[in-house]
Amino acid sequence: MREITYREALNEALLEEMEKDPNVFLLGEDIAIYGGAYGVTAGLWKKYGDERVLDTPISENAIVGTGLGAALTGMRPVAEIMYIDFIGLCLEQLNNQVAKIRYMFGGKCTVPLTIRTEGGAGRTLGAHHSQSLESWLIHIPGIKVVMPSTPYDAKGLLKASIRENNPVVFIEHKMLYNTKGPVSDEEYVLPIGVADIKREGKDVSLITYSRMTLFCLQAAEILAKEGISVEVVDLRTLLPMDTEAIINTVKKTNKVIIVEEDCKTGGTGAEITAQIMEKAFDYLDAPVVRVAGADVPMPKSPVLEKLAIPDTDSICQAVREILAR
Amino acid sequence: MTDKALAKKLLQQLMEIREFEDKIMDLLAKNIAEGGSHLYAGMEAVAVGVMSQLASDDYITSTHRGHGHAIAKDGDLNALMAEILGKKTGVCKGKGGSLHLADLSKGNLGANGIVAGGLGIATGAGLSMKLQKKDNIVVCFFGDGATNNGIFFECLNMAALWKLPVVYVCENNCYGMSVSVCRASAVEDISKKALAFGIPSETVDGQDVLAVREAAGKWIDYARSGKGPSFIVADTYRYYGHSRSDPRVYRTREEEKLWRDRDPIKLFSTKMMEQGILKEAEIKEIEEVVAKEINEAVEYAINSPFPEPEELYTDLYV
Ligand SMILES: Cc1ncc(C[n+]2csc(CCOP(=O)(O)OP(=O)(O)O)c2C)c(N)n1
Ligand SMILES: [Mg+2]
Repeated sequence: MREITYREALNEALLEEMEKDPNVFLLGEDIAIYGGAYGVTAGLWKKYGDERVLDTPISENAIVGTGLGAALTGMRPVAEIMYIDFIGLCLEQLNNQVAKIRYMFGGKCTVPLTIRTEGGAGRTLGAHHSQSLESWLIHIPGIKVVMPSTPYDAKGLLKASIRENNPVVFIEHKMLYNTKGPVSDEEYVLPIGVADIKREGKDVSLITYSRMTLFCLQAAEILAKEGISVEVVDLRTLLPMDTEAIINTVKKTNKVIIVEEDCKTGGTGAEITAQIMEKAFDYLDAPVVRVAGADVPMPKSPVLEKLAIPDTDSICQAVREILAR
Repeated sequence: MTDKALAKKLLQQLMEIREFEDKIMDLLAKNIAEGGSHLYAGMEAVAVGVMSQLASDDYITSTHRGHGHAIAKDGDLNALMAEILGKKTGVCKGKGGSLHLADLSKGNLGANGIVAGGLGIATGAGLSMKLQKKDNIVVCFFGDGATNNGIFFECLNMAALWKLPVVYVCENNCYGMSVSVCRASAVEDISKKALAFGIPSETVDGQDVLAVREAAGKWIDYARSGKGPSFIVADTYRYYGHSRSDPRVYRTREEEKLWRDRDPIKLFSTKMMEQGILKEAEIKEIEEVVAKEINEAVEYAINSPFPEPEELYTDLYV
């Protein structure tokens, strides 16, 4: 199979869905002439012009609000919020309007709106351009939250998000854009809400998502040489969460480590842990462990930034410790 | 009329900022500086002209393009450069970086990674000055792009309503990242945006440090005398791309040349020579001093240690 980057995979997904459905249009900051801060929309403005690829003013709340208005009245918008760090500027529209409108109106409307954004640390950009804020979003009933880790998943899930008749926040990772992976030439769509076992194992399960999936796979490789068999479960979607896949892996290995880049306190791992406690406690041989981001704003300094998020070493260490119990 | 000491000081600051930014471009290219840096080269006259009218205990808020503001507000070149490299000796101990340069001891309430993020802080600092009956005023810097964000309108309204001592300075460099003013703002004359709130506004040539200085002086006095907020639009241009990887497809090389022909350093030094205030040799001398200072700052930053690992958890709460 051909290999393309995560960025190219996303670009193809947008292109294909725009080609297929004339109601799909894009709006966001610097997505037209510039092609997006991370290049995801490159070439689309040349092809579709100002009508379907709109550079917006720096007005995040209005980007999401107008996206919603258009979605309610016949269009299928894909809005871009350049960094998830700016999500606070549009959280009013997202949380109060986008997520709730269908429910409040008694199910009488649909909101086919996709909000693409990007998060994570790794470029030493400091506290306003490095955050992982997904746990804020999984606390909002009414939206879906997708966080793919590979080019293949990114393409299939973005296409699904655009076709979805519910609002989806689609969170990319800035350190994944240049990563490559096999992506079929044939058209495909992946289901939202379904986890993927990225590596089968029997001794311990790493439950993870987004960039941390890559770190977990590296850790699994290292640990395999020590005779440890690690299962890596990539959630791919955080809301709705694939609890069945979580329960199944707990049943299989009886030991779980959650690996997440976001701040530990109140993070996504806390929700995963609670799901395990409610639904699979009896299968656990050890307390659930979280390897997570430090509870601090992301520091600029490259040495501190590395310490603030999990790495392969800290994951390996946690696996050795849980097995030594 | 400009006296010699003032002329020297203005020119030195203009040159310091330029040299500082050129060096950072170089450090980025060599991967010695990591991450991003939004460079102020081309826009120096705005920060230098405004700051020349401020008292040392007046406040400013800066932007994502904040190196120039920090330097002109009497920032320590070594500590600023070290901060940009994420070093322990940086002005924020390496925790903030380029996007968060701040020096509260100098009245710099900080650069900001969020476009328009400083508007609220500046307005609140203005309110604080008023409540404490202090003489100090606040200058709020932001870009043309920031004037399309909701908080801009909210803050201007509050400042006018409460007659706060804030001078809002819009650095109109024609683009917000890749989007030109006319593609982002329904009103191309940005100064008009203040009129909706009854705030007096003025547009100045942001390449002419003396013109900026004059306008800033007028509106800073206005704020200090309790008359309320004002709005200055300084027309200017950034020389480099928005970020290192920006190929600048949204603007032409001809346009860039037109602006570079009106380079703030060239304009000012030529004028000072024509008026007989500075001699060529004196300008050369300043150039040499600046080159030396900035080289020293780079060396200081490179030779400084990174923060210790324990620093990850310090400074979060008092
Ligand atoms: C709220 C927010 N939206 C978007 C960005 C990304 N961004 C950083 S700088 C910039 C352009 C800002 O334009 P302007 O205010 O004109 O300042 P300039 O960069 O031209 O100095 C954008 C869109 C951001 N940092 N914050
Ligand atoms: Mg601008």
